[in-house]
Amino acid sequence: MKQRWSGWALLTGALTISATALAADPGAAMLANACAGCHGTHGGSAGLTMPSLAAQSKTAIVEAMKKFRSGERPSSIMGRLAKGYTDQQIDQLGEFFSKQKLHFTHQQVDAAKAKKGAELQEANCSRCHLDDGKDGKDDTPVMASQWLPYLQMQMELYQSGKRKMPEKMAEKVKPLSKEDLDALLHFYASVNK
Amino acid sequence: MTLDRRNFIKLMGGASSLALAGCATQGPAVSAGSAAEIMPKGSARRVVVVGGGYGGTIAAKYIRMMDPSIEVVLVERNDHFVSCPFSNLYIGGILPDLSSLTIKYDKLVANHGIKFVQAEVTAIDPAAHTVVTSKGTLKYDRLVISPGIDFRTEEIEGYNAQTPEIMPHAWKAGPQTVLLRKQLEAMKDGGTVVLTVPLAPFRCPPGPYERTSMIAHYLKQHKPKSKIIVVDANPDIASKGPLFRKGWDMHYKGIIDYRKAAKVTAINAAGKAVLIEGIDEVKGDVVNLIPPQRAANIAVQAGLVGDDKKWCPINADTFESTKQKDIHVIGDASIAGAMPKSGYSANSEAKVCATNIVNLMNGRPVTPLSGINTCYSYITEGEAISVAAVYASKDGQIIAVPNSGGVSPADWSMVKTEATYAKSWLRNILTEMST
Repeated sequence: MKQRWSGWALLTGALTISATALAADPGAAMLANACAGCHGTHGGSAGLTMPSLAAQSKTAIVEAMKKFRSGERPSSIMGRLAKGYTDQQIDQLGEFFSKQKLHFTHQQVDAAKAKKGAELQEANCSRCHLDDGKDGKDDTPVMASQWLPYLQMQMELYQSGKRKMPEKMAEKVKPLSKEDLDALLHFYASVNK
Repeated sequence: MTLDRRNFIKLMGGASSLALAGCATQGPAVSAGSAAEIMPKGSARRVVVVGGGYGGTIAAKYIRMMDPSIEVVLVERNDHFVSCPFSNLYIGGILPDLSSLTIKYDKLVANHGIKFVQAEVTAIDPAAHTVVTSKGTLKYDRLVISPGIDFRTEEIEGYNAQTPEIMPHAWKAGPQTVLLRKQLEAMKDGGTVVLTVPLAPFRCPPGPYERTSMIAHYLKQHKPKSKIIVVDANPDIASKGPLFRKGWDMHYKGIIDYRKAAKVTAINAAGKAVLIEGIDEVKGDVVNLIPPQRAANIAVQAGLVGDDKKWCPINADTFESTKQKDIHVIGDASIAGAMPKSGYSANSEAKVCATNIVNLMNGRPVTPLSGINTCYSYITEGEAISVAAVYASKDGQIIAVPNSGGVSPADWSMVKTEATYAKSWLRNILTEMST
């Protein structure tokens, strides 16, 4: 590919290319780079209420984008933005972010809560939130190292019913106390290696 | 070997005298650069990036990430950058200082192997592929300029080099921002603030209205007998109009006096007065005069502005100038179709431009643009509104993707959430620029 084009470019000059050789689609990196202003370079977030997209599974990204687009998942600007992408482009976004390295954060958490959360994770959540939340089954999001304020905002949305909890998650969450859930979030936020 | 001013002007052709004349009313006059070449170009392909703001930092970084064999030299006059986004919160007394809006370049250049030259760019010679700086000349294969804006002060009678010290624009963040806040703090309770808005297009379409909100917030908290008169040259609020009006009705009734279709044509700086359409005089104790704008002086000098003599026409996918070959213009200075003159647009445009510079330098086909703008404006300390859109290129134009984007819901249901998200917006975008 590179070879074929380079010879042609030398002959005809760069300006000709821009006028005539547009690819059909922007492609994954072009699409995904635009997200990085809010979600961080390669999807590694520095903003406390903004999730890292790096290393999320393709399914998790695709499901989230489609739910934002339909309004099923509540949002401020994500619904408005998701409407700007085709199914195929959303697939490409999912593919791109799934290939990025997990973004580890270093944030202050309550050590006692994190310890309790680790036990709760093992007993209740580990079948879907795999490997201390560093991986997820199917469309389960990666939780490890997400910022605590982001995790807390999402849990509030779940608790208020604005964001719909998956059935399996609802079953596991129901018997847990508010303190238990808070401990779990501290644990996920603390996982950084 | 230093060129004197006369030879410098001769070297650069007639255009530079225009730029120099334009500069005379704005800040320090452009001094002639040195002709000695700094960093002589080796065999590696080189991109020079002029301007270390929202566009330039990102263009430099993404070119290096996508093709480390390309040498990138970033030229910026300062050793730090102060963000315009969020500077209204400082003016409104919410932020104590500008430190959270200030980035340095050391980590960015170390992480990505960018070469940094702290110098003022005084001229560009497109034919010779040369940038003239206060420290010497630089050769380039391709040039990216993200120079921001300068002011069309010639359209305001009575405006001179001292005017910004009396009537600050505060439309470039830094000392001007600090000056405006100091003037507000020094004003007596019961005073009048006048804020003037130029005709669009200008840097940051919602910016004047967010600033109005933040100044009103300050007055309500600290000087409740005072008011702010907004003198807007536009037919109506230029961005997020219904949302700003709703916010002002809820929080600032009796404080904000908004006057539309009122263009400032002359000023009396000593009398702290602006003249609207040559007839009506409006006086203030503090006057925040935001003059009409165009691409920065260097873009004018380099022959990059279009027929309007204001902004730089570009290719919708590569951001290569349609006026000068191998020069790409991004950010506020460019005519980027539907993409507004905003920090996020500049960030997004920089990545599109970087992608296609790397494509072109490697003989690959151009990748079509995909871009985003997201922009938050604060109404109060805890309430913000937003506008967002996705962009694509179609038939050589940058368009907003139909049936997407838009502003915050009118029912005010998201304003608290968005005030929180806006802070993460700032943290992420400044981190992208500085690491």
